[in-house]
Amino acid sequence: MLLSIKNLHASINGKEILKGIDLDVDHGEVHAIMGPNGTGKSTLASVIAGREVFDVTAGEIMYKDKNLLKLAVEERAREGIFLGFQYPVEIPGVSITNFMRTAVNEGRKYKGLDPLSGGAFLRLMEEKKKLVELTSNLANRSVNEGFSGGEKKKNEIFQMAMLEPELAILDETDSGLDIDALRVVANGVNKLRTRENAFVIITHYQRLLDYIVPDFVHVLFEGRIVKSGTRELALELEEKGYDWIRKEQEG
Amino acid sequence: MSGIYGECREALSVNDYPALSALREEAIRSFEESGFPTTKLEAWKNTSLKESFSTEYKVVVQPETGVDVQKVFLCNIPHLDTAIMGQLNSWYVSKDVPLMKLGNGIIMGSLAEALKQYPELVEAHLGKYAGSNGDAFTSLNTAFIMDGVFIYVPDDVKSPKPVQIINVIHSNENLFLQSRNLVVLGKNSRLSLVHCDDSYNQQASFSNIVTEIHLGENAFMDHYKLQNLNNSSTLISSSYFELETAAKLESHYISLNGGLLRNNLRLRFNGPHGVASVYGIYLMDRKQHIDNQVFIDHASPDCTSSELFKGILDEHSSGVFNGHVLVRRDAQRTNAYQSNRNILLTETAKVNSKPFLEIYNDDVKCSHGSTTGQLDQDAMYYLRQRGIGEDSARMLLMYAYADEVISKIDIEPLRYRIEDMAKKRLQGELQICEACVLHCNTPEHPVEFVIDMSKI
Repeated sequence: MLLSIKNLHASINGKEILKGIDLDVDHGEVHAIMGPNGTGKSTLASVIAGREVFDVTAGEIMYKDKNLLKLAVEERAREGIFLGFQYPVEIPGVSITNFMRTAVNEGRKYKGLDPLSGGAFLRLMEEKKKLVELTSNLANRSVNEGFSGGEKKKNEIFQMAMLEPELAILDETDSGLDIDALRVVANGVNKLRTRENAFVIITHYQRLLDYIVPDFVHVLFEGRIVKSGTRELALELEEKGYDWIRKEQEG
Repeated sequence: MSGIYGECREALSVNDYPALSALREEAIRSFEESGFPTTKLEAWKNTSLKESFSTEYKVVVQPETGVDVQKVFLCNIPHLDTAIMGQLNSWYVSKDVPLMKLGNGIIMGSLAEALKQYPELVEAHLGKYAGSNGDAFTSLNTAFIMDGVFIYVPDDVKSPKPVQIINVIHSNENLFLQSRNLVVLGKNSRLSLVHCDDSYNQQASFSNIVTEIHLGENAFMDHYKLQNLNNSSTLISSSYFELETAAKLESHYISLNGGLLRNNLRLRFNGPHGVASVYGIYLMDRKQHIDNQVFIDHASPDCTSSELFKGILDEHSSGVFNGHVLVRRDAQRTNAYQSNRNILLTETAKVNSKPFLEIYNDDVKCSHGSTTGQLDQDAMYYLRQRGIGEDSARMLLMYAYADEVISKIDIEPLRYRIEDMAKKRLQGELQICEACVLHCNTPEHPVEFVIDMSKI
């Protein structure tokens, strides 16, 4: 098993957000996590990535048979975990090229590989930029600074392509995207999908799942996964709305 | 100091035109009245000189002799072709003549020599811009005017290459140094000036530098102050700018190292349509102290001034920013922007920031702002999530922060050099290099080839 989460509880400032999550993700799988706003979807993504503001109060996360909770954010990343941010951060003064070169080479160093030469790095950039239809002038700009919503999300997928993670978590990558940008993002993901990696796609709407077909769909509600199924579950949710889940849970 | 002045008075004023001797007398009286500033004064509230004055200094009133100038001024900036003017312990040093007149009419060299050769030219400007504010250090400097750099660019002349002043402190004694510089740009002229203050070793020193700069009508000046002194040095650097109609100034204060650095920048728009942009970056750590005092006097209408000072303070270092923009009653359509931003990396680092606008006119566009904070934690998380370690992430962010100011440097080779120095400084690698005033790591050592004859 690539990722195995058991009875995960997490809180922020004493407020419990995740109240016992169980989730298994294996190589080659695409999981979609759906649910209404404020039920803990982004918290789950952050806790897997290792954001320090969240306290894990109970449960465990095993990743490649290692206790993930013991690793720092950057160690998890170097072990192959990638988080596509819902709100990518603007970093004025740091160019995408410099940023990615540092990230790629620190990842290689961790694996005991030599850093990529300037030429090899630029060739890799060119190749991956095409994948997400990222224009050249964007790559020379500061990370996310002044980017439109769509450009920011494309940039996330570009970074994912550069870093080739084993486990990619995409946190509401579809929010704020027009249909063209959505297609570009989804195509990027589909091209990167292999038997050796896995995706966890967090989304509020089923729309993205028309383009990225998931193997499993989970519904997160008030800090727990209350329903799991296949692609059909997403369609059912689209039709009946989240009130259906709410009523079921409350009833 | 007055005692020393009394003793040296005759020697100091040997080349004086009459008004200069009178100026000295007036200045020493003014200094005697005020004495050295203490923290009781508003302008010195957050900068104490107590520690600087706990050292005994030898007051320098004569040039150094017997120093191998070639050895001291060893370095240059790669690919940057400058006309270098050296100052050793505040005295002008030259390889050939102390004052040159170039084919295009530019005069550059020693101020002491200019007093002898071009007294009218000096008299028209010296002491005209500095001193009106009653600053004690400026008064003291004026009383002791000995030597420094003199640059004159005639009307309509554009200096073909940047001029670089390298002021090095090199002694085995603790020196109290006073240097006086005068830079005069004629109408429609142009000059890039790189002004470096460096120390050669770890000896304590106290420098009181005053520079007067006059920009004639429609003149343009690109000005760089680069400060990289040892931790036992105190530098009070006062620059007085006077801008005539439509003159344009870009000034960059780059403070990389020093025990106590105080930059006193005063600028006056003496005619309409002047433009001044002043940038500052300071990277301080240990117990270093940086104080930037910027006063801009909008004495004429239709002028624009903007200030951006950014600092990173680590460990026990401290900083002060006092920005004062005065918009006078007749200075209609003034644009004035002021910004000071600081990052404190530790809980023991501190900063006092006071941007201040004083406006006597309705028809102005002014803004000011000051922020002090830590590194952006969201950005740190974002970088680390991509596998970048905490140290590298911090470095990337600090560097990017500083780069907003460094990227404004127009002279490309100089920008590369400063970028490199700032990176080294942030990584704690920039040292006061022993033999190199610009701290490049490749001083021009003679290379010897040992040839093994048996293999030929």
